[in-house]
Amino acid sequence: MTQLQYKGTGSASGRTGSRYWRSKSAYLGVIPFLIVSGLFLLYPTWNVASGAFQDNYGKFSTSILKEVFKSPVARHAFANSLEISIKTALAGAIMGGLFAWAIVNGKRDGFFYRFSVALSSVLAQFGGVMLTFAFLATFGFNGLVANIALKVAPNSFLAESSWLYGMLGLSILYTFFQIPLMVLVFLPTLENLKPQWREASDALGGKAWEYWLRIGIPILTPSFAGAVLLLFVNSFSAYATAQTLINLSDFLTPLEIATALTSETGGSNPAEAKSLSFFMVIVVIIAMTLYALLRRRVSRWEQRR
Amino acid sequence: MKKSWGVRIWRWSIITVVGAYLLVPLYAMFDFSTKPFGFQDKGRTFRAWQIIPSQPDLMISIARSLITAGIVMSLILFLIVPTAIWVHLKLPLLRRPFELLCLLPLAIPAIVIVVGIAPLYRWISINLTESPITLSAVYSMLILPYTYRSLSAALDAVDIHTLAEAARTLGANSSRVIFGIIMPTIKTGIVNGSFIAIALVMGEFTISNILNYKTFQVVVAQIGRTNGNVAVAVSLASILFVLVLLLAIPTKKRRGAVLDVDLV
Repeated sequence: MTQLQYKGTGSASGRTGSRYWRSKSAYLGVIPFLIVSGLFLLYPTWNVASGAFQDNYGKFSTSILKEVFKSPVARHAFANSLEISIKTALAGAIMGGLFAWAIVNGKRDGFFYRFSVALSSVLAQFGGVMLTFAFLATFGFNGLVANIALKVAPNSFLAESSWLYGMLGLSILYTFFQIPLMVLVFLPTLENLKPQWREASDALGGKAWEYWLRIGIPILTPSFAGAVLLLFVNSFSAYATAQTLINLSDFLTPLEIATALTSETGGSNPAEAKSLSFFMVIVVIIAMTLYALLRRRVSRWEQRR
Repeated sequence: MKKSWGVRIWRWSIITVVGAYLLVPLYAMFDFSTKPFGFQDKGRTFRAWQIIPSQPDLMISIARSLITAGIVMSLILFLIVPTAIWVHLKLPLLRRPFELLCLLPLAIPAIVIVVGIAPLYRWISINLTESPITLSAVYSMLILPYTYRSLSAALDAVDIHTLAEAARTLGANSSRVIFGIIMPTIKTGIVNGSFIAIALVMGEFTISNILNYKTFQVVVAQIGRTNGNVAVAVSLASILFVLVLLLAIPTKKRRGAVLDVDLV
């Protein structure tokens, strides 16, 4: 018993790394996780990264990567993807940020607060099939708003639903799931704004707009920019919404990847899919690195959660 | 505290505009799913809602998605959580690499994971088995960043070293320490993680659609092509279901964990 006690305390004492380093057998404990993550996370990553530099027969070549880079179709889709992601990230961040402010200004833990947070959690995950249905039911043929527009203003663009299937329609759908995500991301930041700052500004004779211009906005800018990057990645990676709404294979990069991968006419081209994916990952990594750097700059007042 | 008129006007105009953006489509779904058949213009019918239970494909797909979610949750409970605890306790040198591995899926969109996993998935389906296990493993990797976030927050909040030390002194073995001592103390973190897992699995479309596995969302999309009213009714029902569920769970447990994706 005493031996066991000594052994017990011995292995769990010192909290620095050096003592644990001695027990090599502890490393066996991570093997099951390594196998699963190796197969289902690292292997696919490696497969895409290495596959981008191979042709369809497994030989090393950068020809497909170059081909994709120069292809006007791929460039067009990539530009569309970037455009929609930037637009909806900004629109979602502004509207979501304002909405988060409206939530914070209400009664804490009141029904409105709880309902808004719960609704945001649901709708942020809501992209895809169901989102498409919601907007088809609203603006699509025989939809709620479309029918009203048909009666009230038959010549307006709302009366005819073709606009929904283009850049404008898709942007409006994307913004729908960006707003709630922004609310979820930005709410904790706004909640941690110290009321003392506002009081200090008021006590020194500052007006409301002066508080926001000189204190509020400067202090929130890094968090806001970080949130914009997060929303950018969110819509840049989105596939389901676009697939169920327009299903035009050349419109966005994710759609193009899916087509290259699963083409039913026998034109399946995994190497092209990997090259396209490679470019996508590069953009996401750049955005996420910027995000990480920004988070590091956010001062301590917000880190406390 | 009294708010000034300016603040109130701003607040309510924001709530009206954004609220309309978010709620009008939801109401439109209700309106659409209760539209009468044929060319009648008036009245409501709940036929689309009534025939939801008699759609065999749909019921099977819900069961399939729930089973997948169950497997994902058991992977979290018996693989990811114990490994995270083990790394925290015994392998401080691996903490940073483990964290990076857990955050890797943030940099890889789901569509890219599909591209990478497709050959392996096809091989497993042909040579071993076509079961939800493969898909569950992919999903559990996909939500790794969220699981890791809620876990590491929970693990940092309690002094697990002292707990483990005390348990070892009293004669508990390693598995007892992990499953019997530490996991109950970080219950909230695990519950948060599992909740995200269910939400993800029920809402996932990209991977299962391309790998041709008929999960809930894939089948709803299919029904949408032939029977719009029913598909819209199902969608609205599932949104309302999750919303009520979220409102029923005490706020304290949930706050800050739903989509908290910090990298640092």
